[in-house]
Amino acid sequence: MPNRSLIATSAALLMAAGVSMAQAPQTPAPARPAAAPAYRAPRTADGKPNLNGIWQAMNTANWDLEAHSAAPSPIKEFGTTGAIPGGSGVVDGGTIPYLPDALKKKKENQANRLKLDPEVKCYLPGVPRAVYMPYPFQILQSTKHIMMLHEYAGAVRTVYMTDQTEAPADSWMGWSNGKWEGETLVVDTKGFNDLSWFDRSGNFHSDALHVVERFTPRSADTLNYEATIEDSKTFSRPWKISMPLYRHVEPNAQIMEFRCVEFVEDLLYGHLRKQPTSK
Amino acid sequence: MRHQTLVSAVVVSVVIAIAMAATSSVAGQSAPLEKPRAVAKAVAPTKAYTPPKTPDGQPDLQGFWTNSTYVPLERPNNVTKEFYTKEEAEAAMKRAAERESEQTEPGTTADVHYDFTQFGLDRSQSTFATSFRTSQVYDPPDGKVPPMTAEGQKRVQERNAARKTAGGQYDDVKNMPIGSRCIIMGGAGPPLQNAGYNANYQIVQGAGYVMILTEMIHDARIIPIDNRPAPPSGVRQWTGISRGHYEGNTLVVETTNFNGKNPFRNGSENMKVIERFTRVADDAIEYKFTIDDPSTWTRAWSAELPLVKTGGPIFEFACHESNFGIANILAGAREDEKKAAEQKKGSSN
Repeated sequence: MPNRSLIATSAALLMAAGVSMAQAPQTPAPARPAAAPAYRAPRTADGKPNLNGIWQAMNTANWDLEAHSAAPSPIKEFGTTGAIPGGSGVVDGGTIPYLPDALKKKKENQANRLKLDPEVKCYLPGVPRAVYMPYPFQILQSTKHIMMLHEYAGAVRTVYMTDQTEAPADSWMGWSNGKWEGETLVVDTKGFNDLSWFDRSGNFHSDALHVVERFTPRSADTLNYEATIEDSKTFSRPWKISMPLYRHVEPNAQIMEFRCVEFVEDLLYGHLRKQPTSK
Repeated sequence: MRHQTLVSAVVVSVVIAIAMAATSSVAGQSAPLEKPRAVAKAVAPTKAYTPPKTPDGQPDLQGFWTNSTYVPLERPNNVTKEFYTKEEAEAAMKRAAERESEQTEPGTTADVHYDFTQFGLDRSQSTFATSFRTSQVYDPPDGKVPPMTAEGQKRVQERNAARKTAGGQYDDVKNMPIGSRCIIMGGAGPPLQNAGYNANYQIVQGAGYVMILTEMIHDARIIPIDNRPAPPSGVRQWTGISRGHYEGNTLVVETTNFNGKNPFRNGSENMKVIERFTRVADDAIEYKFTIDDPSTWTRAWSAELPLVKTGGPIFEFACHESNFGIANILAGAREDEKKAAEQKKGSSN
């Protein structure tokens, strides 16, 4: 696959086995820019900041949004290839402000991750998790609709820029309405179900989740990404994550098919297979 | 179940209906947010029409579209002409709609799952795309898919034999239809085909790309239109790999690199699909496709089906996440086996 970056290829291959990509060296969680970024992005034909491209996070947020040490693979046979790299965390202030009962549930989730993490089952990733999973995603920008097209599970989000409505029903990826604030694409997403997680450490939310994301160009090939997470059933106050996103600059980069349903069928339904009759 | 959306509930029951009824005429739902309307639109290319352009100059194909139609892929045996008259077309549609509504008859298999009329699932109740064509296939002129090559016939026999060796349909999830497994459904193509229900698409054009989102299983095809080289033959995908370019106002998309696991009309993994999208009216796209697969058919063949504007937006189609059908069907089959074994044991005692 000469068209893919080594990072993305490794990620896809390793993720197919349910393990992490090898990580780049960790830097501390990016501090918020002190002032509005001076960078001015090129414009699309309709005059908006041009965010078109294939982007990917390069951090360990999908393992744990909070700071965490390196840890061995949860599956012995994967050895080092399944080990968990450490990370400084992406949560502003360091800690997710859980309500007491919710914190208990988070710990139960974490203890039973292989059984409960929706990612293990190839379920849709939800928001903001889709953005920092170790797979690329493509932003495809038109005037009315901005598409977020994720390699993982073929997850899709339409961001409505003009014909905006309330969420018609609860869903995994929520219902996104967007607007431009100067250089920044602001995406307001509601209408979630309570089934997706934020990471592999059991961080979770309820169906009261409300996410406001900010995508701000910070150079030709990087974006600042922030997501403010509000969910009064789960958290004592709104909290925020922030990280840079990096453009896939290799020629002919493309989102590949990662139709993982097929990869988890034996896991989900294998026990219901017809048993060979013993003669 | 509290978590489940209405859409998912309908999806799963329809998936089951297909698996159980094994019928090819399951009715369709279109444009979930739109009020049903039974207006049949004729797609007739208007020579004078000049399509709008996107801000960056592409012919504008954007919006929500449906190919929900009763026009069959192949021409019915008793029909000899390419186009019906208006009256004949209406009569053909009426017959097809009646066949669909038969499924709502009390006591039929489909009726066990839901009433098509109640849920607005039959095609004629929603935005509906039709033409006077008697078949989608227009080349060869007889309206039929051309004969298979010896190699193609052999492949079909081998696939059938492999299916038999794999055991019964409910022995293992791998033996069940790909759509029931929520891997891919017929509408996504390429070529785009009438999915039977939820035959809805969203087209978005941005710099250097066209994206076609199929409602069924949120299947997004991202088509680069930047003249990049053909993909390496070693990478194979369920929906192939597409490359696009414009010829005047027509978007031409060529797709290769299929993985052969979901063969269109028993084609090979070397099949090449050439699609042509031309906006011919504010509310219609002329959609033509050519199938080029010399190892399967004695000649290339071409078809056209209507694509008309429909109301949006498109809901999330979380098929796999709500796929209780697979587990229930397999568990039911195991239970049947257990009962049969107990009966056998009982009668031999």
